[in-house]
Amino acid sequence: MSRTRTPVVDGWFAGDGDDFRLLGTRCSLCASVFFPREDAHCRNPACHGGDLAQIPLSRHGRIWSYTDSRYRPPSPYVTNPELPWEPYALIAVELAAERIVVLGQAAPGVTVAELTVGMEVEVVPGVLHEDAETTWTTWQWRPTGVTA
Amino acid sequence: MAADGGDGMTGEVAVLGAGMHPWGKWGHSFVEYGVTAAQAALADAGLDWRDIGSVVGADTVRGGYPGYVAGATFAKALGWQGARVTSVYAACASGAQAVNTARAQLLSGLADVVLVVGADAAPKGFFRPAGGDRQDDPDWLRFRVLGATNPTYFGLYARRRMAVHGDTPEDFAQVKVKNSAMGALNSHARYRKRVTAEEVAASAVVADPLRLLDICATSDGGAALVLSSMEFARRHGAPDPVRIRAVSTVTPRYPSTVLDLPDIATDSAVAVEPAAETFRASIARAAYEEAGIGPEDLSLAEVYDLSTALELQWYEDLGLCAEGEAAKLLREGATSHGGRIPVNVSGGLASFGEAVPAQAIAQVCELVRQLREEAGDRQVAGARVGITANQGLLGHGSAVIAVR
Repeated sequence: MSRTRTPVVDGWFAGDGDDFRLLGTRCSLCASVFFPREDAHCRNPACHGGDLAQIPLSRHGRIWSYTDSRYRPPSPYVTNPELPWEPYALIAVELAAERIVVLGQAAPGVTVAELTVGMEVEVVPGVLHEDAETTWTTWQWRPTGVTA
Repeated sequence: MAADGGDGMTGEVAVLGAGMHPWGKWGHSFVEYGVTAAQAALADAGLDWRDIGSVVGADTVRGGYPGYVAGATFAKALGWQGARVTSVYAACASGAQAVNTARAQLLSGLADVVLVVGADAAPKGFFRPAGGDRQDDPDWLRFRVLGATNPTYFGLYARRRMAVHGDTPEDFAQVKVKNSAMGALNSHARYRKRVTAEEVAASAVVADPLRLLDICATSDGGAALVLSSMEFARRHGAPDPVRIRAVSTVTPRYPSTVLDLPDIATDSAVAVEPAAETFRASIARAAYEEAGIGPEDLSLAEVYDLSTALELQWYEDLGLCAEGEAAKLLREGATSHGGRIPVNVSGGLASFGEAVPAQAIAQVCELVRQLREEAGDRQVAGARVGITANQGLLGHGSAVIAVR
């Protein structure tokens, strides 16, 4: 039986393969960019508030910092308590064009040992977890192999 | 630092009493810890609970209905006596918000003497958000989407410091060594054993590069203060009390460009140039400006060492040293007991573990003990000016300056 692929959060990312992008919004008046998306009000206090339109964020960025989670996080993070805990890396990535730092999980198999601050990474589609009916999708960061 | 007699020109309020319930994992209700701390603060002040005109409770989120709404719960447990009541919540900054609320009431003449109480009974393990499916709550989302616990954010900051400033895990361990040595001397601390750098290095990695002994635990505890107007203090026979001279409760300025717990991303700086000063540095600056002092005037500082690396960050944010030089300041011994500017002589969160709504009040309790020269083996010689600093979830600045 095939599962439905559902984003863990609506409207934060879209696309497949090389077309996969994080989605933010941009204010039509002051050009401020928001991720997670702001759809109601521009948060720039000097802005009178323009329309907020969806934009894709840059695919590539550089590592601002990184860490990992050696212990099983609590709910609402979903894990299978029957299985041994497998640590995963978390990477905070600076996107130059948007001048923003976005946190995400590293792609499966990427460990902190192979990361450095300043390393180039790209955003890729990933699977957060699966249950009986649903494959919950997310974004992940993966080193491009190009070092700073 | 001469007292001006409390005519309101400096906006000072008096600290008449400070009291704490020891930190630990006692398995009791937060109400018990708060009442014990309140009674200790009242005894310290030489006041009867029925003399208190206003009670301000720093709320815990434990106990179902948030802290049973803390102010009234403490007032009821102490015995209803009709005092004005306030309950405040600002996560880790709740205690500073409570102190600031009491101060505002005193300075505006709404009350003469106010009891401030915070207490918590912390759950085991990682802090976690409230339940339900709450996609509009950034704190819920970071757990749901990333499994990003508080220690992972501490790990991100620590790694960033290593990359930018050249800090090492050995530097971080020395913060624990320093703070545990002070905690060993503090009867209110939960952890009273000195820790060696080797023990830190041998503890398990929780969030690379930080290990278990780099990260503060969560604890039960309670802390309370009795604050009054300068006029009330004089009438009460306390002509030269410890005085609170500043309380900083500032928010960040857009765009905030340091990735902050619990956010998944920073603000974008593409349209607006960020201020040169970070949010944390602005918390301290606002306190210094209000007090009319600078970091060079400090005798001691109590900072929120949620992790060892974060304590180093505070050195720079408080202006104790230039950016990037915190590890050097630590290595020189400047922030140790007997150093130029001792930091966390209480033992810090490293020795206490965090009891969220009590912690910022406990920081002020330590300043009071030190400024009164009642700190025993932990006494900072000639202490005249102290600062506390922390940061509450989602953008609550918190700093208190007390003087004698």
